[in-house]
Amino acid sequence: MSDEALPIEAAQPQGTPIRRLLALMAKEYAQIRRDPSTFVIAFAMPMLLLFLFGYAVSLDPRATKIALVVQDESAEAARLTQAYARSPYFHVRVLRSVQPARDLMMKDEIRGFIVLPPDFGVAMARGRPRPIQVVTDGTQPNQATFISSYAEGVRANWAMSEMEARGLRNIGPPIDVSQRVWFNPGLQSRFFLVPGSIAIVMTMIGTLLTALVVAREWERGTMEALMATPMRMTEFIASKVLPYFLLGLASMALCTLIAVVMFGLPFRGSILALLLIASAFLLPALGLGLFISATTKNQFVASQMALFASFLPTFLLSGFIFEIASMPWPIQALTYAVPARYLIPALQTVFMAGDVWAIILPNVGIMLLFGFFFFFLCFRATRRSLDA
Amino acid sequence: MSGPATGPNVGIVARADGIVKDFGGEKPALGGVDILVASGKVTGLVGPDGAGKTTLIRILAGLMTPKQGTVDILGAAPAQRLDSIGYMPQRFGLYEDLTVRENLVLYAELRGLSKDAQEPVFKRLLEFTDLARFQRRPAGKLSGGMKQKLGLACALVSTPPLLLLDEPGVGVDPISRRELWAMVAELTREGIGVLWSTAYLDEAELCDSVYLLSEGELLFSGPPADLTGAIADRVISVTGFADRRRLALTRALDRDDVIDGTLQGRAIRLLIGAGHPVPDAAALDLGPETKVAPAPARFEDGFIEKLGGGPDGTSVLAASYREIPPSDAPAIEARALTRRFGEFVAARDVSFTVPRGQTFGLLGPNGAGKSTTFKMLCGLLTPTSGSGSVAGFDLRHSAAQARGALGYMAQKFSLYGDLSVGQNLDFFAGAYDLSGSDAREAIERVTEIFELGTHFRRNAGTLPLGFKQRLALACAVMHQPSVLFLDEPTSGVDPVMRREFWTHINGLVRRGVTVLVTTHFMDEAEYCDQVTLIYRSQQIASGPPDALKARAGELTGAADPTMEDAFIALIEASDADREEAEAA
Repeated sequence: MSDEALPIEAAQPQGTPIRRLLALMAKEYAQIRRDPSTFVIAFAMPMLLLFLFGYAVSLDPRATKIALVVQDESAEAARLTQAYARSPYFHVRVLRSVQPARDLMMKDEIRGFIVLPPDFGVAMARGRPRPIQVVTDGTQPNQATFISSYAEGVRANWAMSEMEARGLRNIGPPIDVSQRVWFNPGLQSRFFLVPGSIAIVMTMIGTLLTALVVAREWERGTMEALMATPMRMTEFIASKVLPYFLLGLASMALCTLIAVVMFGLPFRGSILALLLIASAFLLPALGLGLFISATTKNQFVASQMALFASFLPTFLLSGFIFEIASMPWPIQALTYAVPARYLIPALQTVFMAGDVWAIILPNVGIMLLFGFFFFFLCFRATRRSLDA
Repeated sequence: MSGPATGPNVGIVARADGIVKDFGGEKPALGGVDILVASGKVTGLVGPDGAGKTTLIRILAGLMTPKQGTVDILGAAPAQRLDSIGYMPQRFGLYEDLTVRENLVLYAELRGLSKDAQEPVFKRLLEFTDLARFQRRPAGKLSGGMKQKLGLACALVSTPPLLLLDEPGVGVDPISRRELWAMVAELTREGIGVLWSTAYLDEAELCDSVYLLSEGELLFSGPPADLTGAIADRVISVTGFADRRRLALTRALDRDDVIDGTLQGRAIRLLIGAGHPVPDAAALDLGPETKVAPAPARFEDGFIEKLGGGPDGTSVLAASYREIPPSDAPAIEARALTRRFGEFVAARDVSFTVPRGQTFGLLGPNGAGKSTTFKMLCGLLTPTSGSGSVAGFDLRHSAAQARGALGYMAQKFSLYGDLSVGQNLDFFAGAYDLSGSDAREAIERVTEIFELGTHFRRNAGTLPLGFKQRLALACAVMHQPSVLFLDEPTSGVDPVMRREFWTHINGLVRRGVTVLVTTHFMDEAEYCDQVTLIYRSQQIASGPPDALKARAGELTGAADPTMEDAFIALIEASDADREEAEAA
């Protein structure tokens, strides 16, 4: 065959890294634009989350349905009844005996009831106040605690005004505690839930979406075709990082806009600080996502891993919903390994307090360290090879 | 590499020596393989599934590292020669949500094709692949054949000296395959060296030189004519026994001098072992009308000889199978079966009748409606209109009984890979309502027949391909059904296993079992008594294989057309008719 074979030479390399990177990013952009699920994750889901946390989920106490069993006809009992009825925390049904209250509890129509005993007014007049009974539904422990402490609060206030009315001012508390809450004067939970949702959204885009899109390349066999071109693996990684980094920032900006415009969240810091914080967080989020997909190469496993390694920790261990200080110490120790733990205080600071660099910078620094670590793992795991 | 190359490497674009690759299995995936790819030639890498073809191609493309051996692509390691290698993976590597043009642009940019050069290259490639009309269509919405061509175009954007094609012909209808070959032939004229891997042995005959791979070992390398030449005068075609062709084949295969045999319509084709004289009609003793004529040798015959010959003609399975009582009622009947999915008609007015004890073939390109028809007859899909019956049970009213009366062997491997062989048999015995001693007997019987005993506790997923095939057939026939449905039963297995499989099927048919088979192996269609060709959801031709071949001969004027020629001629005739009707 050599008699007619043509002499042949190796082709000379022609491309440049920048050209290949741009081509890969153009491809990524076309895919993002055409894949409705990307839009759902990047824009529809953040909106849903924000509205959910902004309106539907609130950790603030609201009027709880209780019954008040008044077995006494005295003026004192009537005044206490009124005090309960006026309280914004209770929705009170007044009854005359315990049995109907018990029935209401069984039917789950009330969460608890308070009993004013028959000699309530008489004992009060004699200066030996009778205890009142508070019965609560222990199947909902948070609400049960809430009812008993607020019931006691209302009673204490009422007792004070009774004393005052009789001129016994000196019985009042010796120290008057005047409370003032800084940064969130109304103690509205949505003020700290919204920054939390921004963390969730950036985790979804940075880790889950990125893990999925890289795993998809392995699953559909396009990775194999790409690796057979002169493309370098760094170019491939960069082509995934940049678009999803921008997408993450866009989604964060959307969340911030909604939070400020629709929920009236204050924004006391600067946009620069917000950008810095978000960028510092997206680094570990993207690095983790790329690392997961480089090791699993399968969309289903990648999504499960992303859920366990990033979404759940961000949700549970970042201080977003559950206060870290009230966790048992081993769990508290665990939270230090969750990058979102450093994002939440920084974000809350920039929204509620302003550019307090003493809080922002250390948190940003730690997030960057996490980012470098995950990218290091990712580069180690990504090789131009199909050998398992 | 400047100036004209001289010496022993003239025109060699890729060379690999002593390649060993081990994935930790019982045998290495490649056990010391040498290969040369010459420029301007098509080099065939031929072998059944699991032979090591993909592994070898990936090593040449620099995507895997061999455990031992050296790879040289134009004087350097593959990783240094990525600009010189065009590679089309088995799954094409296309982005389904990108359009045809966007896919081309991506690969052109990745390969650094200058912007000025791109337009003429795209124009040429799109013309070449006949995809110019579909430039704006997402790749995911192309047919299988079109995706293949686009995959090829993407591998060719920078005219690489070496083109690696991993099974480009798999799952594609014969027409697209022929077009693909024509394209590759054109490329070799430009000096490109092509490595074409395939499991279809007929493709091997089209290559300039061939490497035949089986279980990681090279069985043969050289021009295909060297392999067929060695057996050229030992292949004969025997005719003249009317309807007793299966019996004739069985008797011929049981002879010591016959190492392989297949049904070819009304004829049988035999390969005589080396050192034996070619028997005449009298020696074969198959009846007074018997005629013996020499037949052209095929690559597959050579492969079979290299593997040590095919199995004997008597099927142990058939010997222990119950005799299906004769009956005049058809075993399978389709009456105007139609299935719509929304606007799309997947099968339109499909009608045929299969009498007891016959083999019936459903042929057609992928996506033509074979599987839809098949599923309606299995009772897995309800027909939109029309009716059918299997083993006397009407599909509309007693689909469950119909399913109970048939044995089903699904496309590819559909057993439980994580269950052992024994557990799979147990499960299918239960699924077919065998219990207690009946189930035990059935399992013992098929275990012995298919020699599954040594693998009984092994997970089905880890079995060698041939044993998976046996296990799948064992599960389908355990309850001795009177009707067997086989969906692409032998795709990817080596020819000896295919022979063994068809020996069993032929034996069962002689016991009165009725077989419905879908296949895209055209030579398998020759085993059928009747076939129907489904194209664009409709039957375009039906009849015995010989009759279809004869009609194709009339259409094209070709003497002695193969089943594949018939398939292509009939589809082209149907396309011409349709265009005429649309124009009118």
